[in-house]
Amino acid sequence: MPTAPAAGSVGLAETQRVVLFTQDDPLVLQSGATLGPVEVAYETYGTLNAEASNGVFICHALTGDAHAAGHTGDPSRPGWWDTLIGPGKPVDTDRFFVICANLLGGCQGTTGPSSTDPTTGTPYGLRFPIFTISDLVTVHRALLRHLGVTRLMAAIGGSVGGMQVLQWALDHPEDLHAGMMVCATGRLSAQNIAFSAVAREAILRDPDFNGGDYYDTPKHPDMGLSLARMIAHITYLSEESMRHKFGRRIQDADEPRHNFGVDFQVESYLQYQGESFLKRFDANSYLYLTRVMDYFDPFADPVAAAERLRHVTTRFLVLSFDTDWRFDTAHSREVVRTLQASRVPVTFREIESPWGHDSFLLVVPEYHRTVAAFLGRMEQEAVNGARHARTPGEDVAA
Amino acid sequence: MRPDLALVAGMVPAGARVLDLGCGDGALLEYLIRADGCDGHGVEISTDGFHACIDRGVPVVQGDIDDGLGDFESGSFDVVVLSQTLQATRRPAFVLQEMMRVAPAGIVSFPNFGHWHIRLGLLVRGRMPSSRLLPFAWHETPNIHMCTIRDFEELIRSEGLRTTARVPLNIAGGRAPARVERRPNLLAAGAVYRLEPGG
Repeated sequence: MPTAPAAGSVGLAETQRVVLFTQDDPLVLQSGATLGPVEVAYETYGTLNAEASNGVFICHALTGDAHAAGHTGDPSRPGWWDTLIGPGKPVDTDRFFVICANLLGGCQGTTGPSSTDPTTGTPYGLRFPIFTISDLVTVHRALLRHLGVTRLMAAIGGSVGGMQVLQWALDHPEDLHAGMMVCATGRLSAQNIAFSAVAREAILRDPDFNGGDYYDTPKHPDMGLSLARMIAHITYLSEESMRHKFGRRIQDADEPRHNFGVDFQVESYLQYQGESFLKRFDANSYLYLTRVMDYFDPFADPVAAAERLRHVTTRFLVLSFDTDWRFDTAHSREVVRTLQASRVPVTFREIESPWGHDSFLLVVPEYHRTVAAFLGRMEQEAVNGARHARTPGEDVAA
Repeated sequence: MRPDLALVAGMVPAGARVLDLGCGDGALLEYLIRADGCDGHGVEISTDGFHACIDRGVPVVQGDIDDGLGDFESGSFDVVVLSQTLQATRRPAFVLQEMMRVAPAGIVSFPNFGHWHIRLGLLVRGRMPSSRLLPFAWHETPNIHMCTIRDFEELIRSEGLRTTARVPLNIAGGRAPARVERRPNLLAAGAVYRLEPGG
């Protein structure tokens, strides 16, 4: 590696790309629609062991990307989950082979609405097929096959990343020894959907949206996308963290200006968040990925859910934060209750943190302690072959 | 394993779905899971105990059982264990109700405040009891709802529960000799009960 890694950092990381589905061998979506080619951007950290048993898959949240850890040239700009992933960190790259891929429908290297539709030669826009959380998992699995991993020690994710972990365990429990869901949910509430609906409206009503076909026009729906981000960002912070960060302080002045411009620091911050988001995100991807979340409801039919859960042997860790109101602890508790009722081994803890939904990205020592303990135990079971609790549907002799 | 836990384990049928409330470091559950093929799950309030359970591979929820067992569906277990924990709850009757909601049988063990040793200590020394089962000073003890065997049996009746097994404990937490059975409230240092609905 050309640069010496900083302490606890995986150092220089390189995003790789692979075509996992082609036009001739397309991805078959849950809806029956097909999509090809599908290219996936991903990064890996650490080394896959000889038994290929130490794989940890990172499922990213709504606006994340493949670059979870390390840096791509500037060590002061680490990956989005660098707090958790690295040598000696809870997701220890000295022990685990860590994989993170940009989501299907995203806009940071993996095929999405901004990719070229081979049948027209122009970007898909809203002609990109509607997909589901299960379809995201299908693509993750194709990447694992490419990397020579058949069973993961763990899949972990925060927010919609956790939703992928849950769906993965339901669809293919044999893939996952363990699953970890942080700040996640088994279904969005009406309030959750309402916030996403307003964010989407901001994009759809932007005069430059042009029915999703804005890629070749001089103007993009920047106003709508930045507004969407500003709305969402409010839900990622707790009231306490906003009070702490901004209070009622005035931006660049001692006295309020008493006009309709940006006056309070919180306004300036939101505007910055909205604008900087434009550099890295695509409005159509935002529409698709938030919609995927809205429709996610794996336990909608309790009888069918119980039947599927009977076959789930994945060991779960579910974590929530007490000030998260995007997906508050009640969301996690509902998942725990449902898993537990079907005898799926699940460990749960609500962690104190003032930082709201964003806590899962930050250094909260008690959070990291629990993640490290859980993955340490899962390593003993999945990598070192320690005996573990038997669950129904599992071969006792295994 | 502690002798009183071994007695509790002896009351849990092999292969049962067991919930252990106040499971501590998960030693009982680990034993039940490994040796008896049980489906074990714990609830523990302390952060150190919670992590000790993770280290043992025992599924555990961190929580305060005084807040109820909302994380668990009614009837989702075969048996619920409340081992040396009842006296540390704020709402013992509510905890018993919640236990019997999530399972058709409960196993409860507790130190007996009516034990002659405690009575004598109060009478002679005029001091709050201190023993291996009750190691804390009065001002720092988590045991805020001590009871005697007689008190407990009265609570059981008023909660509409019946005793299907009772094992008196000696001072070391093991099974007390048979003669203790005649006057358990005076002679037993503690007891393990197996409870079912129906007074």
